[in-house]
Amino acid sequence: MLPPRVVETDVLIIGGGTAGCLAAVEAKEVRPDLRVTIMEKANVERSGCLAAGMNAINAYLNPGETPESFVRYVRADAMGLVREDLVLSLAKELNRVVKKVETWGLPIPKDDKGSYLARGRWNIRIYGESLKPILARAVYKAGVAVLNRVAATGLLRRGGRVVGAIGLGVRDGRLYLVKAKATIVATGGAAGIYKPNNDGSAHHVMWYCPFNTGAGYAMGIRAGAEMTTFEMRFVALRTKDVIAPTGTLALGFGARQINARGEPFLQTRFASWGGERAPTCLRVHAPTLEAREGRGPCYLDTRGLSAAKVKELKAAYLDMYPNLVLYWAANGIDPAVEPVEIEGTEPYLVGGHCQAGYWVEEDRRTTLEGLYAAGDVAGGAPYKFVSGCWAEGAIAARAAAAYAARVDLSEPEPEEVAAETARVYAPARRYEEGGDGVTPAEMEERLQKIMDRYAGGISTFYALHGESLQVALRELSRLRAQLPYLVARDRHELVKAHEVIDRLDVAEVLVHHLLYRRETRWPGFQTRFDYPERDDAHWLKFVNSRRDPETGRIEMYERPYRQLVPGDRYRG
Amino acid sequence: MGITVKAEQCTGCGRCVDICPGDLLALLPQEGKAYLRSARDCWGCMSCVKSCPEGALERRLPFSLAGYGASLRPKVHETHIVWTLRYPSGEVEEFAVKTREHPGRA
Repeated sequence: MLPPRVVETDVLIIGGGTAGCLAAVEAKEVRPDLRVTIMEKANVERSGCLAAGMNAINAYLNPGETPESFVRYVRADAMGLVREDLVLSLAKELNRVVKKVETWGLPIPKDDKGSYLARGRWNIRIYGESLKPILARAVYKAGVAVLNRVAATGLLRRGGRVVGAIGLGVRDGRLYLVKAKATIVATGGAAGIYKPNNDGSAHHVMWYCPFNTGAGYAMGIRAGAEMTTFEMRFVALRTKDVIAPTGTLALGFGARQINARGEPFLQTRFASWGGERAPTCLRVHAPTLEAREGRGPCYLDTRGLSAAKVKELKAAYLDMYPNLVLYWAANGIDPAVEPVEIEGTEPYLVGGHCQAGYWVEEDRRTTLEGLYAAGDVAGGAPYKFVSGCWAEGAIAARAAAAYAARVDLSEPEPEEVAAETARVYAPARRYEEGGDGVTPAEMEERLQKIMDRYAGGISTFYALHGESLQVALRELSRLRAQLPYLVARDRHELVKAHEVIDRLDVAEVLVHHLLYRRETRWPGFQTRFDYPERDDAHWLKFVNSRRDPETGRIEMYERPYRQLVPGDRYRG
Repeated sequence: MGITVKAEQCTGCGRCVDICPGDLLALLPQEGKAYLRSARDCWGCMSCVKSCPEGALERRLPFSLAGYGASLRPKVHETHIVWTLRYPSGEVEEFAVKTREHPGRA
């Protein structure tokens, strides 16, 4: 085995995606003297959620809106429970970061008066096919060092403080030991914990980036960081088969949900929640109920769109999800004639849409000294989407840069480095020594099956109860006992092995969170058979967890909710 | 299905290998041409297709989702992208979409 490559930096950013790119540029702007380094599993040019592009910004304060009105909306959308301090702080930055990326070359269409074209209350249209290359270019231009093709596996610590991270070189197979004064974790959330909508040769045809496999969460879990609200999973309402986003259809083209009988069920059964404008979780819960009660499948009714509108619709999807355009052509589907079938996705963990993530302070410091979090791995602030992740990246970068300017580099604990080295290479070593064992693909299949069946996956209409969650814990612990048998035949498979180990660590914490919250706060995302009602009297609070790095035991905590913006919590 | 590589057009430049977010493309050690090492793991983001200067790559949807015979080809220009959508009937539809404001500026 080759010795590790040692890199020294002032600010390390793990994950060069939406949040990470903005964090990197902001850190260089506020402290040009600091060395800033991105550790990226793929290539920042086309990595993460934005690889295919994006056709809208969905968290923007259009004229007449304020940070406070944004908090009220997000709070109601999240069924009355959010970290208002976090949402408020990022709301104040939304328009600034959008403007900033526009100056980097992102085309944003405008009306005659020079205002962006609103696509909904918080939405504007963009031409974002090249959004990721535009961000990457800004990162390089700012003088940020980029370690492409290095998959982060663990945080480095010294006396409880985070002093950098270890990554596995995807190309050279070497370990990268990055010593940093401050570290920002800005990876994606977690897809592939549950059995996805498609299987076999189509198992990665999903909405959320399938290469976001929970590494950012898992590293924090293993290092003993406090996590929050994993139980608020994100089940996305997407088009059937290619699992493309539906906001373009609903917001951009006014399509409404109908069931198999043609009934506009959101407008009738969910009228008190605002019908088509009901909170996000109910907009996926409602069609799930229709299917469960024998009135599925459900559709977004696009019938009657003009030929020009259909062309515009396809162009919008080409900016973000080209699969759908190809799918319609291949199957002879004309959305003007045939409504677009929809379905809920596998449950994902993603702090950019829901609230699963690190428990952070307003400046995005985590509970581990020297570690900050932004974007999909930062908890408590849903409805971030692209621009909110940008804003959060910028906030975290300012705090991390200030911290980096007042501390020195530290050597990581040598025993920890040795242990992590052994852990990372274990599946490769097992293969070299005998070859026989369990492949990452097999391990993934079993993990997904357990979660699907016992922890509220697609096959049970996402519904949960205590007894089945206990079975999930038992089965996950059986699966954990199999980890020593993982084998990796090459470097690519070694990365896959860690992707499944990370997801197992995340899944265990998730099940503990699902068990702990004994109410139904977010129907569709978190639906309990045994506690079917929302219960503000007992559960208007955050459920947090911490895995003890020594014992591996997961401890649960409660943290209070604080209302900062006055008003009815259920009205946006 | 994922991505098909037309070997006669592939020059082995490795841009697709460099760009794939899932690290799914590699060069064959002997021939030096690109191949998809795990078709089932393709997300369908088409980053590789867009990166290929020869137009040697094509996105294919898995058959469990979509019928045979349609194709979607992007051609990347400095400030816009042109998509050519071909229907199984042979009918062709084109889309030109702006991608950047400034060709030379970050």
